[in-house]
Amino acid sequence: MSHPAHKDYAGSKLGMWLFLFTELLLFGGLFLLYGAYLARYPHEFAAAGRDMHLFFGTLNTVVLITSSLLVAMSVTAIQQDQRRTVLWLLGGTILCAAIFMFNKYLEWSAEIGRGIYPNSPKLVAGPPGESVFYSLYYLTVGLHGLHVLVGGTLLAVVALRVKKGSIHGGDYVLLENGALYWHLVDLIWIFIFPFYYLIL
Amino acid sequence: MTSETSESHIIGYGKLTAIWLLLLFLTALTVWVSRQDLGIGHVWGSLAIASAKAGLVIAFFMHMRYEGRLLRWLLFVALLTLAIFIGLTFFDVLYR
Repeated sequence: MSHPAHKDYAGSKLGMWLFLFTELLLFGGLFLLYGAYLARYPHEFAAAGRDMHLFFGTLNTVVLITSSLLVAMSVTAIQQDQRRTVLWLLGGTILCAAIFMFNKYLEWSAEIGRGIYPNSPKLVAGPPGESVFYSLYYLTVGLHGLHVLVGGTLLAVVALRVKKGSIHGGDYVLLENGALYWHLVDLIWIFIFPFYYLIL
Repeated sequence: MTSETSESHIIGYGKLTAIWLLLLFLTALTVWVSRQDLGIGHVWGSLAIASAKAGLVIAFFMHMRYEGRLLRWLLFVALLTLAIFIGLTFFDVLYR
């Protein structure tokens, strides 16, 4: 432990994990809603699910898994005090986040262009199950996208601090917690992907 | 500090890359499974594969495999809470 300032490494990480658990329960609630409505409207959910863009979903899954690898590698790199490598790896992670959001933009644009958005005339006129599916889709994926933005910003701040030297091989809990947050974003997408793009 | 010893575990690049390849394989597998004609099996198959992927991310990318007992138990309690919520809700929804 460094002497000038008191650092509670285990405490910092425990706090981060507790926060991640609340995130898990937040998204868990949304998945629960999905499950309950799937049981009520199986055919409408199936019809709506078939209209999803499997290509974008799969591409974004690969992008997020790769970004998760890069940020995990950045923790390994900081542990060995390879700061330049850390910066490249974090840069790669943030690039993946940008690619993810760009794909999301293309996907949502295409869907909104087809008249599919919450409370759109097309969904209001259609069967109730389909509008529930798309409302949950926009809510869950939108909240997840917000997490991608927050995580990307957090990792950018971490990268700046690595560059400045305040995060280094002897004190890197902020990088580790930022990485944990980013893995959570990946974890949630791992479940969003089959629920909305694949199952039906 | 006892915490120092458990934190300093370093996972090599090779191992992380192997986990990444495994995750990509499972992603391909889940897409393939979803194209098969399995009926309700889709739901269980997709959930099983997603859970396996989540397990890999938590165990290796998030270092949970190398954490102490406290974090592991807390993770278990959080997942159990989620499972109870989901289980009891479906107990209601499916047998209403």
